[in-house]
Amino acid sequence: MPGLFEGAVLTVEITLLGAVLAVFMALIAALAKLYSPLPIRWLSTTYIEIFRGTSALVQLFWLYFVLPQFGVFLDAFLVAVLALGLNIGAYGAEVVRGAILSVARGQWEASIALNMSKAQMLRRIILPQAFTAMIPPWGNLFIELVKSTSLVSLITLADLTFKAQQMNQTTLKTVPVFTLVLLIYLAISLTVTIAMRLLEQRASKGLTRGRVA
Amino acid sequence: MMWDWTFTFEILPVLARAAIMTIEATALGFAIAATLGLVLASIRLAFPAAGVVVTVLVELIRSTPLLIQIFFLYFVLPKAGIVLDAFTAGVAAIGIHYAAYCSEVYRAGFENVPRGQWEASIALNLSPWNTFKDIILPQALPPIVPALGNYLIALFKETPLLSAIAVLELMQTAKNIGSETFRYTEPVTLVGVFFLVMSLVSAGMVRMLESWLQRR
Repeated sequence: MPGLFEGAVLTVEITLLGAVLAVFMALIAALAKLYSPLPIRWLSTTYIEIFRGTSALVQLFWLYFVLPQFGVFLDAFLVAVLALGLNIGAYGAEVVRGAILSVARGQWEASIALNMSKAQMLRRIILPQAFTAMIPPWGNLFIELVKSTSLVSLITLADLTFKAQQMNQTTLKTVPVFTLVLLIYLAISLTVTIAMRLLEQRASKGLTRGRVA
Repeated sequence: MMWDWTFTFEILPVLARAAIMTIEATALGFAIAATLGLVLASIRLAFPAAGVVVTVLVELIRSTPLLIQIFFLYFVLPKAGIVLDAFTAGVAAIGIHYAAYCSEVYRAGFENVPRGQWEASIALNLSPWNTFKDIILPQALPPIVPALGNYLIALFKETPLLSAIAVLELMQTAKNIGSETFRYTEPVTLVGVFFLVMSLVSAGMVRMLESWLQRR
């Protein structure tokens, strides 16, 4: 049980850092895809399609086994955060892009009429409104992230899944070990769901999204 | 270390054989997911009381990692006297996992059909089964198909997880080649390229199917 707890801590750490990287990458990639000159737009589309089109496990293995052959040595923890963050970030980019596009056209036009610069418009008018729209899909992505952290056990990181396998081999108490691990993952996922629900309530306060004025 | 083309062509036939195993796992897994998902959604629709159990089950499956579920079927079921070989256990786990997602797709599709259609069918004295088969399902299907297509692609991309219980699909084969030759660059990259191409092609096909369904 203490072993599982240690594993769970690592799982939560990778989830949190991965989430930060994912949100960061998603914002950059989405803004690049929407508002930058063509070559950068292609670059961001390539990033999104590559990380969405190949499997998360393949990405993890590629960073872990192939990069060292090009002379880039990263430790397993960094590889885990990078691979999962980039993977979820690619999905997140489409979420961010969709949310920005869903902001009513009139808001853009009003900002132009107020003589705002493009950066001001984005920061003060568009992004705050898009933010509310992207919370629920981000909630789903964070759950995906929690679940995909189990993959890092395959590059020998001692996360929750790794500890479970280890414990299964040493104690042979297969049924309680795997049941307990499922429950721990469930608890982590539920925490994420509840946190996102709360965030959603806070963010939508004072906004009239969904109601026709 | 640079890319070695001779080595690439050497391992290509081996990887191609493994790719067939990957595609088999995808097809079988999706067949389970699509059928079981429909069964789960139908149970919810037909027996609201049993629906609570289905909801809990679906949420449980959706919020825990597939890898653990694969281990669960592979290691726990033998304790109950059910011994599955790795391929069967893995494909069953993937199928059940995605069935949970698919059941939500079906449910949304069913709920999309206006209530009046049910009421009209009752007025016409159709049996519930006939109503479902002839009235509801044909109307619910068009929005369901593209969503299922997306899960087919997602499921396909999860098949490398089977390598964790040593099923000889693409990822496991690439890993084996890597540990024998100490060259991971070519095999792992080729697996990535294979998944990318297959995903992009199938995403394109789903989009075409979608626009075809809309035109009808």
